[in-house]
Amino acid sequence: MPQPPSGEPAVVIADLVMRYGDTVAVDGLSLSVPGGVIAAVLGPNGAGKTTTLETCEGYRRPQSGRVRVLGLDPVADRRALLPRIGVMLQSGGAWSGVRAHEMLRHVAALHADPLPVDVLVERLGLRECGRTPYRRLSGGQQQRLGLAMSLVGRPELLFVDEPTAGLDPQARHTVWDLLRELRSGGVTVVLTTHFMDEAERLADQVYVVDHGRVVAAGTPAALTAASTVGPQQASLSFRARPGLDIASLEATLPSGFQVLEQPAGEYAVLGPVAPGTLARVTTWCSDHDVLPEGLQIGRRTLEDVFLELTGRDLR
Amino acid sequence: MNGTFAPAASAAPLHRMVRAQTVMEARLLLRNGEQLVLALVIPLVVLVAGVLAAERFDLVEGDAVGHLTPGVVALAVMSTAFTSLAIATGFERRYGVLKWLGSSPLPRAGLLLGKTSALLLVEVGQIGCIAAAAYALGWRPTPGAAGALGLVLAVGLGTLAFASLGLLMAGTLRAEATLAAANLVFVLLAIGGGVVVSPREYGEVGDVLRLLPSGALHEAIASALGDGSIAWGACGVLVVWAALGSALTARTFRWE
Repeated sequence: MPQPPSGEPAVVIADLVMRYGDTVAVDGLSLSVPGGVIAAVLGPNGAGKTTTLETCEGYRRPQSGRVRVLGLDPVADRRALLPRIGVMLQSGGAWSGVRAHEMLRHVAALHADPLPVDVLVERLGLRECGRTPYRRLSGGQQQRLGLAMSLVGRPELLFVDEPTAGLDPQARHTVWDLLRELRSGGVTVVLTTHFMDEAERLADQVYVVDHGRVVAAGTPAALTAASTVGPQQASLSFRARPGLDIASLEATLPSGFQVLEQPAGEYAVLGPVAPGTLARVTTWCSDHDVLPEGLQIGRRTLEDVFLELTGRDLR
Repeated sequence: MNGTFAPAASAAPLHRMVRAQTVMEARLLLRNGEQLVLALVIPLVVLVAGVLAAERFDLVEGDAVGHLTPGVVALAVMSTAFTSLAIATGFERRYGVLKWLGSSPLPRAGLLLGKTSALLLVEVGQIGCIAAAAYALGWRPTPGAAGALGLVLAVGLGTLAFASLGLLMAGTLRAEATLAAANLVFVLLAIGGGVVVSPREYGEVGDVLRLLPSGALHEAIASALGDGSIAWGACGVLVVWAALGSALTARTFRWE
């Protein structure tokens, strides 16, 4: 099988810089994706995710820096590389008048050893819309057809740009299962997403990208490890009637804890939560005749990490 | 199930990719009602109405259908190679089809070959229908071998010239603008471009019209189907337009 030997990275990007006019889309981005994993490039809109992906796909020539995909230069070795990769664009990619199965059969005809179209159609729940023109498919169906188009040639490496944008929960799980199955079949998957839960549940490697750079990288577990809990982090939270005497609650806790009510009726205990902390909070609640609803100890989610790293500004 | 998605990626042989692309593009060119109107209904209406009117009002001396058929063939070639192609390509850009194909194993040359072959395939069908209708109206051409060669040359070069101009438009304008402009240019050339009626019959502007791809295409087809000769001058004009259109398209075409 013409795959890079295990351990050799499927994608290597070093100091990539891409500008559009005065706008710097990618600003010295470096990352390395090992073969056989699902890698998520996670970032807010405009972070440079799509530009980075398109450079790997050979659409754009790096203005500075170096990109290697399966050991090849995506621009100079384009003809050798393209048959080995699958690409799913953020949207579109099919003729508006083409029927779903017709499109898949056409893509299959461009490959020497394609997957059986029927199998893909079945797996992606596209059986009923076989004769429907592309423009009349729902957004989710178009998205799944795009994924099927990227898969049908049995690629070694798959680039998918926001694969589950606009999908309902069932379809998201279908896509996730399929991507996991691809991984166990030996396919490397590089996806972009701004859904934290997608990256957290699906990816082996996460690259958090902001302002055109990788600001954090690692496994989801490593990124969410509690050792870096920031001062803003809610460690224990519950809901109760508004207006509790939070100063009194804070007084029962060791120093270093802070209690907030924000918004009204939602309480957060910030600090190094230990089993004893829980006991003190519930005791205080019992003494004050408060039923703490939805009481939970917060592990940091990737979303917390993401917002810490990229800020809360809308863009 | 694990084996299902095991990588086994490789491109199909080029000839298979081009054949697939040709068939796909030809099917899509004929899929829409409005494209069928442009490709067949308008030329046939022009032919039948023209012949009936010429006979009713004595507009043409002698053989009206022999006089009109070459221009209708030229009109049909222009409708497909220019208008249909421009509109289809404009929307291919809009919907990211060209972009996606750019990531597929099909090379750019294979895509252009597929597009050109699809145009020629559709044109053969159009010419067949027009010839059958003309025959029913009494058309009896005697082009001979040189005329047949001249027709192939005229349609081939006319297709290249108009297709390169259609792609120039589609590769620079927005899809809606291309839709409007391609139809407008078609109507203007059909009426005043010397494509249906010989440039000679426009009087003094005729010399200018013969330098347009529309007038040159008419002359090349009329020579081939008329006295069975090859109009080298008109073919030369088409070559120049094809070269000009291709060079400009290659420089300006934006894939998305």
